[in-house]
Amino acid sequence: MARTFSIRRQRGFTAIAMICFFALYLPIGVLVFYSFNAGQSLASFEGVSLRWFQKAFENQHVIDASLRSLQIAMTAAIISTVAATMAALATTRTEPYRGLTLKYAFINQPLMIPEIVTAVALLIFFARIKTWTGYSGLGYLIAAHTAFCIPFAYLPIRARLENMDLTLEKAAADLYATPWKAFRYVTLPLLWPGILAGFMLAFVISLDDVVITEFVKSAGQDTLPTYMLGQLRRAITPEMNAISTLFLLLSIGVVTVFFIVNRKRV
Amino acid sequence: MPHMAELSAVEIRNVSKVFGFGEFAFAAVDNTSVSIRQNEFFTLLGPSGCGKTTLLRLIAGFEFPTSGDIMLSGENIAAMPPFKRPVNTVFQSYALFPHMTVAENIGFGLNMLGRPKQEVRDRVAAMLKLVRMEALAGRRTSQISGGQQQRVALARALAPQPKVLLLDEPLSALDYKLRKDMQIELKRLQAETGITFIFVTHDQEEALTMSDRIAVMSSGKILQVGNPREIYDAPADRFVADFIGETNFLKGRIASVDNGIASVETAMAGVISATMPKDFNADGEVTVVLRPEHASLCPPDQPGVCQMSGTLENVVYFGTDTHYHVRLSDNETVFTLREQNKPLQGARFAEGDRVGIAIEANAARVLRN
Repeated sequence: MARTFSIRRQRGFTAIAMICFFALYLPIGVLVFYSFNAGQSLASFEGVSLRWFQKAFENQHVIDASLRSLQIAMTAAIISTVAATMAALATTRTEPYRGLTLKYAFINQPLMIPEIVTAVALLIFFARIKTWTGYSGLGYLIAAHTAFCIPFAYLPIRARLENMDLTLEKAAADLYATPWKAFRYVTLPLLWPGILAGFMLAFVISLDDVVITEFVKSAGQDTLPTYMLGQLRRAITPEMNAISTLFLLLSIGVVTVFFIVNRKRV
Repeated sequence: MPHMAELSAVEIRNVSKVFGFGEFAFAAVDNTSVSIRQNEFFTLLGPSGCGKTTLLRLIAGFEFPTSGDIMLSGENIAAMPPFKRPVNTVFQSYALFPHMTVAENIGFGLNMLGRPKQEVRDRVAAMLKLVRMEALAGRRTSQISGGQQQRVALARALAPQPKVLLLDEPLSALDYKLRKDMQIELKRLQAETGITFIFVTHDQEEALTMSDRIAVMSSGKILQVGNPREIYDAPADRFVADFIGETNFLKGRIASVDNGIASVETAMAGVISATMPKDFNADGEVTVVLRPEHASLCPPDQPGVCQMSGTLENVVYFGTDTHYHVRLSDNETVFTLREQNKPLQGARFAEGDRVGIAIEANAARVLRN
């Protein structure tokens, strides 16, 4: 029987794939494993226990940092998704014109600029504003996170818009829908999976950020990742593993919710 | 038809639509005027790129004319946005809303117009019945077949009771059998609703079978408007004659004209009697058109029966009839003719045979220009 070419049948394919998957997931597996360690150490496993999870839940610093992380991520994701949706509409629902490519570049530039550069720039910029205004709340972190989340929210929304049949919006207009109603009843419902994907991506990216947060935060504004980084400088206990495991569960949960919602509306 | 002060359903007045600028400017619709009557099935027919779809989009409001007026029941709608025009479209791709059910799709226009809920419900039910889709009201549009999607698209466009229904090659995605059914269905819907239909197609057979009147378009211009019989029997020019059905063109010289019948001397077929177009006076070089079904094969060299002779080059069997391609004695012109197949009759002639061609009386026609 004639077989079509398949890369899966090439020699060594399975081995390489296995090595890649091990490299990706073995460290995470070890981390999760040791979060259930009954002992103090990260080197020797002394039986299964949930004590480090309990310890994490009792640690006020962890609770504060987690809530702060969620607050920042939620706010930044919402604002950046709204901005990204408007940007995506403005760059796809228009005749191509000179400078459109430049606009794509501007919207996506935070993906290209090294994070550390943005971090230092924001540190200096916000320091100046702080001395002018005297305000030193969470607003700076939210603003910074919103800024670097926009391209992540923008990409899936734009992809969705580009794949959408433009005739549908014409049909809506033909059936007496004003431009706003056509958007509300046709474009938006069809765009929704893209918006949700953009939001989830922005949320996870914000939740995870260390570099920019480390530079921008004021005293007492630790997010969960910067708190963990701080703790690692001192004694390392399986408590960090437990927190990481919970973090992992949260992101798996977010991705799963997204997958289910996205599959329902095609 | 009495020509009282009846208002046209749609009147296109000197409309042009130019795309691009400067040396790249291109008139998709070129200073065109046409008047479409109330309650008629009007077809815009032409090859792709002739401007028929652009003209339809100008009426729908998806494009705006560069110049000229578009009157809808006497009101100039040329600059009106599409959502204000009492005109609905059946799109080539149907463009059904994938996130809505069949019933929601059909009710969309009425909901946008802000009609009361009960009225929308009644109207949707009536439309579902009209297109025989009652059983599938709650289905998603992705869960129904192409033919059913076509019906939903029709019902959706008819539900708001537009003054004019625009149909952009709506049958082109359907297979042959379904297409034939939908042609009949469309005629029935038009008769039942009494709405003016403007139908765009490149399929001349579809145009001939369905239309009250046809406008043949080429290069942004309307070349001829008439009922199917006029378009087929009395094509205004060579393009129309060539585009609608198969046609033979014979060059000749008018010898005399008597009461609208010209005697044309042709090199290939001797003297042919050909009908002159109305109000057409010409002498000298003309072209005579002859439809393939108005000629038949005969044994060659029978004076008085056969006007022409040549070599049978090609025999194509079509079931209902057989097409013959005959290379005439000048070795250049290929004459096409079509004979209906009779029961129990085998092939009378074979490829390579020398054959004669007999032309029916009153079949030939002199072409304007």
